[in-house]
Amino acid sequence: MRQIYDVIIIGAGVVGSAVAREFSRYKLRTAVLEKELDVCRETSGRNSGVLHAGFTYKTGSLRAQCAVEGNAEFEKVAEELDIPFKRTGKLVIGFTEEHMQSLLKFKTLGEANGVKGLELINKQRLEALDSSAGGEFAMYVPSSGILNPFEYNIALAENAKQNGVDFYFNNEVIGIKREEELYKIQTVQNIYETRWVVNCAGLNSAVVSTMLGIDGYTIGGFKGEYFVMDKKAGKYMNMPVYPAPDSKGGFGIHATPTMDGNILIGPSSEFVEDFEDYGVTPPVMEDLLSEGATMFKPFRREDIIRSFSGIRPKLIDKETRQPLDFVLETRDEVPYVINLVGIESPGLTSALPLARRTVAKLNEKEDLIPNESFNPIRKGILRFAEQSTEVKKKLIAEDPNYGEIICRCETITKAEVLQAVHNCLGVDSIMSIKNRTRATMGRCQGGYCETRIAEIIQEEKKKKRKEIMQSTAGSYMFEGTVRD
Amino acid sequence: MSAIKKDVVIIGGGPAGLAAAVQLRKKGISDILILEREKQLGGILRQCIHDGFGLTRFKETLSGPEYSQRFSDEVEKLGIEYITEATVIDIASDKKVISASRKGLLEYDAKAIVLAMGCRERTRGAISIPGTRPSGVYNAGVAQSYINLHNTMVGKDVIILGSGDIGMIMARRLTLEGAKVKAVFEIQPYPSGLPRNIEQCLNDYGIPLYLSHTITKIKGHSRLEGITVAQVDRNLKPIPGTETDYSCDTLILSVGLIPENELSLAVSVELDNRTKGALVDENYQTNVEGIFAAGNVLHVHDLVDFVSLEAENLAEAVAEYINGVKLPECSINITTDANIGYTIPQRISGEKDFKLSMRVRKPFKNCEVKILQKDEVIKTVKLKKALPAEMLHIKLEKTQLKSLEDIKVVIA
Repeated sequence: MRQIYDVIIIGAGVVGSAVAREFSRYKLRTAVLEKELDVCRETSGRNSGVLHAGFTYKTGSLRAQCAVEGNAEFEKVAEELDIPFKRTGKLVIGFTEEHMQSLLKFKTLGEANGVKGLELINKQRLEALDSSAGGEFAMYVPSSGILNPFEYNIALAENAKQNGVDFYFNNEVIGIKREEELYKIQTVQNIYETRWVVNCAGLNSAVVSTMLGIDGYTIGGFKGEYFVMDKKAGKYMNMPVYPAPDSKGGFGIHATPTMDGNILIGPSSEFVEDFEDYGVTPPVMEDLLSEGATMFKPFRREDIIRSFSGIRPKLIDKETRQPLDFVLETRDEVPYVINLVGIESPGLTSALPLARRTVAKLNEKEDLIPNESFNPIRKGILRFAEQSTEVKKKLIAEDPNYGEIICRCETITKAEVLQAVHNCLGVDSIMSIKNRTRATMGRCQGGYCETRIAEIIQEEKKKKRKEIMQSTAGSYMFEGTVRD
Repeated sequence: MSAIKKDVVIIGGGPAGLAAAVQLRKKGISDILILEREKQLGGILRQCIHDGFGLTRFKETLSGPEYSQRFSDEVEKLGIEYITEATVIDIASDKKVISASRKGLLEYDAKAIVLAMGCRERTRGAISIPGTRPSGVYNAGVAQSYINLHNTMVGKDVIILGSGDIGMIMARRLTLEGAKVKAVFEIQPYPSGLPRNIEQCLNDYGIPLYLSHTITKIKGHSRLEGITVAQVDRNLKPIPGTETDYSCDTLILSVGLIPENELSLAVSVELDNRTKGALVDENYQTNVEGIFAAGNVLHVHDLVDFVSLEAENLAEAVAEYINGVKLPECSINITTDANIGYTIPQRISGEKDFKLSMRVRKPFKNCEVKILQKDEVIKTVKLKKALPAEMLHIKLEKTQLKSLEDIKVVIA
């Protein structure tokens, strides 16, 4: 049967997933095409996990508007989607007079953008707020917060799915044609037909834009490497600690606690040509070591449990090479296309505000009929480890799978892994389970639980060994059996 | 549900926990419980199907499962209580042990706790190997578990980083199962595993071992495609210009073991930054009264035989403790020179004979280990060789002590 969608969104990062969720409030047949095997495999899942306040962006810019708007509403968003979030506040620290001038400048800018509660504080106050933070003085930003970027992205996508949106993974878009008043989107697997196309392709947003007939955008990839530190270190830290920004509002390497109690040190910022090169490099690691100790005083090399990197897609001016504001546009000459280009930091914070603006763009052309069965509430996977002894007992009594510990470092149970394996998006790589449960994220990095998770996926999804993927298509884990 | 009272709760049914249980029973302690998270007793030995275990303890060579079976059989025969598929998730103050199992949350009030959780492998993340994160990078013990316990083959074209024993044993195992093991690279100028494994696992199969080499890059977007290796200088830094590329679909890491002490930390057991295990006295008692530790949770051993022997020594002290014998105050600290990594125990009373276990930090030939008190040598042991891969054991009698001054161990 010929399936024609009203809207196809290209990209299941945080923006694409938020757009999908916001469209699912209306009676529209909506689908999302994603080249990876799950949501948030690129920029959306490779960042500091910070809810930004919006004090470094040019007043009136789309970035500033969306950041301030997205920041203000996040308690409600986190509650609806059942995701971990904490409004921790943030410290932007300084050591020199130059840093002080920078902080003063960005305090003024932040206030102009509508950021509330910005405050310059002395060392005594700084130490009272977070004794692990470096710095002689700081700007305190009470509205900043931390969130789990995987869970946020997953929750948006799952909520969209529950409200009727189709997701197609492992479907990289390789060509788009306009025929019979429709867009025909060719992916590596299939052809999808739709009336509207929304480009949320992140790192590939300029490429998709060109496929749609909008030329002229240049995306620069800025890679940031990170270290992840053990929870042993995390217990010292209360809130993200950033260095004073440079003149353009760019931050250097910072230290951020995660919702799960680890600490991230990073990101660096290097221009890269290859948008799939997530390698980590020795010179940057050296920088992270020294900067890490500047931001976070109890830093110890031995507490590092992992490194990773992400790439920010910065839209840059071809002539001046300067970064530009987010683009969210429609063009008369390219009908039925909503084009989002160069969405990077603060993309997590801005995702829903951008999504609402995307819906509004479509609404300018067409009336939208509310989807009366839309439910904004999505439930996450209950974390056994975070429950009281009484609740733990009750959970095991109701479902013995809660009594079987699969990941010992993070105390993740078989019941949680099973819920993750049977997620509503139907994705089942090892990383999909990891991002939904935290299993393998602890200090042994899957040494204990990965064999168990692989076995559960095999059994539950009736897969052969060679079909178990670590993360991306082709990332097979095993050759097969040792003996038949 | 109130907590069940136990004289001794042993956390971990591997070689240390089993040996401690059997010895405790033989010393007349009957109210013992072993908590084991796996389906069977035996710990890591279940996956060590190669032989070479038991030469010291049983004077014969056994496979890992055979070795652990001897202890499991004794546990059965002596009627020692054990629960499998029960993961200890917390130790609360007052020696309360909380364990999760499919039957429910189990709580025990123990008079004494034996920490016997073993160790975990150091990971790629902990040593920060540069490059991408494709599939096909495995810790040696994880690969061993896949192959020996899960009938799962991890790859065909293999490189091994680190000359730890498990890495070398996996080189042989993978070769026997049809994989091509191209080389083993070791960053140190000497091997970190036992000489017999170099002979039997590498040399016998023509697998080259390159010392003073490390991996400087891991390549591949989805599955591992290859690595870059470089020679390192004296400071273990890669030497520019010495890089060589190897293609491979599998990288096995054998880069060290770390005692698994997260539960110990939960109950404020003080750790030794050198061993990453507890600081213990001659009774294997930690700084927390009634909590004892032995085996790889205390310090990483070279041979399982010494794990068993250590746990049996621990059991003697735990039995005394349960029987109400006041264990002597241990205020004589044992320190080392820079060439010795650590000693176990780290403190003694001076009222008992004791055995020091230790490791050297670099290889020595025709050397002397001296034990000093206040600059006076109280014991000298001559050795033909001392290797970082092999533990040293030195016995001291209490009569050899000259005073209650601290003890220093040196090697030259």
